[in-house]
Amino acid sequence: MKNINILLAGVGGQGVLLASQILTRVAMAAGLDVKQSEVHGMSQRGGSVTSHVRFGDKIYSPTVDDGTADFLLGFERLETLRNAHCVAPDGKILYNTMRINPSTVASGEASYPEGIEANIKKYAADVIAVDGLGLAERVGNVRAANTVLVGAISSFLPFPETLWEAQLQEILPAKLVELNLRALELGRQAVAG
Amino acid sequence: MPERAILSGNEAIARGAYEAGVVLASAYPGTPSTEILENVSKYKDIYSEWSPNEKVAMEVGVGSSIAGARTLVAMKHVGVNVAADALFTFSYTGVGGGLVLVSADDPAMHSSQNEQDNRNYGKFAKIPVVEPSDSQEAKEFVGLALEISEEFDTPVLFRTTTRVSHSKSLVSFAERRVAEKKPELVKDMPKYTMLPAFGRRKHPLVEERIEKLKAYAESSPLNRIEMADTKIGVVTNGITYQYVKDALPEASVLKLGMTYPLPTKLIKDFAAQVDQLYVIEELDPFFEEQIRLMGVDVAHGKDLFSLCGEFSPQLIREKVVESSLTLQDVAEGLPARPPAFCPGCSHRGIFTILKKLKVFVSGDIGCYTLGALPPIQALHSCVCMGASIGMAHGMSHVIETGDDLTQKTVAVIGDSTFFHSGMTGLLNSVYNKGISVVMILDNRTTGMTGGQENPGTGKTLSGEDAISADIPAMARAFGIQEVVAVDPYNLEEVEDTLRAELANPQLSVIVVEAPCVLRYRISKPVLKVDPEKCTGCKRCLQVSCNALSLIEEDDNSYVEIDPNLCVGCTVCAQVCKFDAIS
Repeated sequence: MKNINILLAGVGGQGVLLASQILTRVAMAAGLDVKQSEVHGMSQRGGSVTSHVRFGDKIYSPTVDDGTADFLLGFERLETLRNAHCVAPDGKILYNTMRINPSTVASGEASYPEGIEANIKKYAADVIAVDGLGLAERVGNVRAANTVLVGAISSFLPFPETLWEAQLQEILPAKLVELNLRALELGRQAVAG
Repeated sequence: MPERAILSGNEAIARGAYEAGVVLASAYPGTPSTEILENVSKYKDIYSEWSPNEKVAMEVGVGSSIAGARTLVAMKHVGVNVAADALFTFSYTGVGGGLVLVSADDPAMHSSQNEQDNRNYGKFAKIPVVEPSDSQEAKEFVGLALEISEEFDTPVLFRTTTRVSHSKSLVSFAERRVAEKKPELVKDMPKYTMLPAFGRRKHPLVEERIEKLKAYAESSPLNRIEMADTKIGVVTNGITYQYVKDALPEASVLKLGMTYPLPTKLIKDFAAQVDQLYVIEELDPFFEEQIRLMGVDVAHGKDLFSLCGEFSPQLIREKVVESSLTLQDVAEGLPARPPAFCPGCSHRGIFTILKKLKVFVSGDIGCYTLGALPPIQALHSCVCMGASIGMAHGMSHVIETGDDLTQKTVAVIGDSTFFHSGMTGLLNSVYNKGISVVMILDNRTTGMTGGQENPGTGKTLSGEDAISADIPAMARAFGIQEVVAVDPYNLEEVEDTLRAELANPQLSVIVVEAPCVLRYRISKPVLKVDPEKCTGCKRCLQVSCNALSLIEEDDNSYVEIDPNLCVGCTVCAQVCKFDAIS
């Protein structure tokens, strides 16, 4: 199969790394080669976070070059636009419409940009906005927005639903499994049709 | 035991240490190396510890090696500067049990103050350097490096970069192999006691060792040629190898897993088989200079590639084959999203007052370095671990004393950094009649690297109870008369104390004891803004807390507090002039 490149972008604390972990483990369980790269360190609390995921028959670089992401999975509106140029010409942007103010906006030195949604649309023919926060609230935990997004992207990847569910069950503590399975399903439904 | 897993380079190095029978591992936390020891500590067969600094970690490792145990020592690239004193003479003594020193370099400076290329340490200390390019190699090369260490009687520098340490890929597991010979102390004075007379005997042996290692490099499994099209041949290493394979799938490649000393014959043979030889290496022209000295014709190297930052497949494509990929423009004018003090962080109030007093803040390395970022911007220098106290001392000795606060220095240093190398600076400052104010921000954790234990936390790396070093008692033992404590959540107290100590003509230490809210999950009742009282003056926003945001409606603006983020520290309420936050 052709290698698949996914770039995840969001804000520190949103669970970008957990989402990356689910993606890589599903790819491994499906028998593919897989690499993932992120940068953590300067305790990214409230800072921008990106994570690169690649899988296929043979993967060399763990990073996704600008202009080659088959999928940009955005966890927050502004961070999606910040990374929108990374998407390939025939790539897809799936993003959470949620807004989180950067510290520069919180301190009043900068303002949160208007018209982000229209700007994101300029970068790809195929753009899907998901109300990740709203759907996570529906399952009863705002922190499950990352799983909603994983559910959304899972609809476009060549792996059976059972594989996603099995990985969630393996990674998460028992008490969170049921809630996240519902979040995964809501994510799938959000992009159906 | 699972057969394989997706591991980061750092997790794989820990696994490699376990499988190769390492008995002791020591380190000081530093990005991107930290997870190596965090993962080693999960293997109960290995004794592991956080040492207070890299030099001590190295010395602990040297002792373990002399006692015959296989040993791993880990640190970030600048940590090797601290450990170098022990390392360079350990190169002369050689090892008992094999010793691998992991240096995790940070091209692009994702989380570092410089971008030094530690391959140079191999040449400088006359020891071999081994570099993996993915997690499977990271695991296997640890075992190979330990074998080289024992066979050639030398410490081995094991270099990664951020993209190797922090990238994940598939790794297959094997069983642990333990040496049959138990650790034992053997008294071999000429080997381990580097008096000048013994050192003189050793130096020629070190030079011979490098020659033997060069011969080994020619046929080492660490180096390999992948012949393909012969128009272009690339000499490369580490993560750059992976980029080259993506960018130039047709090119022939000489992949160097042993990056010092270099295999002259192998390089010459490879160069002879290709039309154009490229040397593609991040940071310094370390290979290129040596290859040119061999008399080999290098077509391209640093004439095309930068000495700074990280590479990528795209960059290599552009430089070598002129990419035809048209890139979309990056969205312009977006507000930056830098990291900030966590809501409730004990550093926030301290920096709010330091900013107000307009003093020169001599900074150090830790979460509090974020005090330099807007809107706070109250940290005016930062060089290396532990430097804040010595630097403030030097500054204050050349500035005429007076009442002008802008000409006074306050050093800020965290608990872990104080234990690392701030203690000596503090002793110097009291001994040499310093007059600065030193603030020790003791949040009982090594914060910036993710909340590791240190001599103040009361726990060891393996989770056992330990001492909890008493910083005020240490300062008094050094002979400092003026040691005071402040509550960082009481801004008035912080300001009064700072003003008093700045006016004090002798060295004073202000200890701020307030546990890290993130690590210890501390929270108090959430605060609310009364929109009737809030005038939208933005004064509270200057404390730079992500829980606060400005709501602007028509001609009315007011601040809101996000109840999911606020932990009730009250710093914003204390700076509000309208009593609008409670």
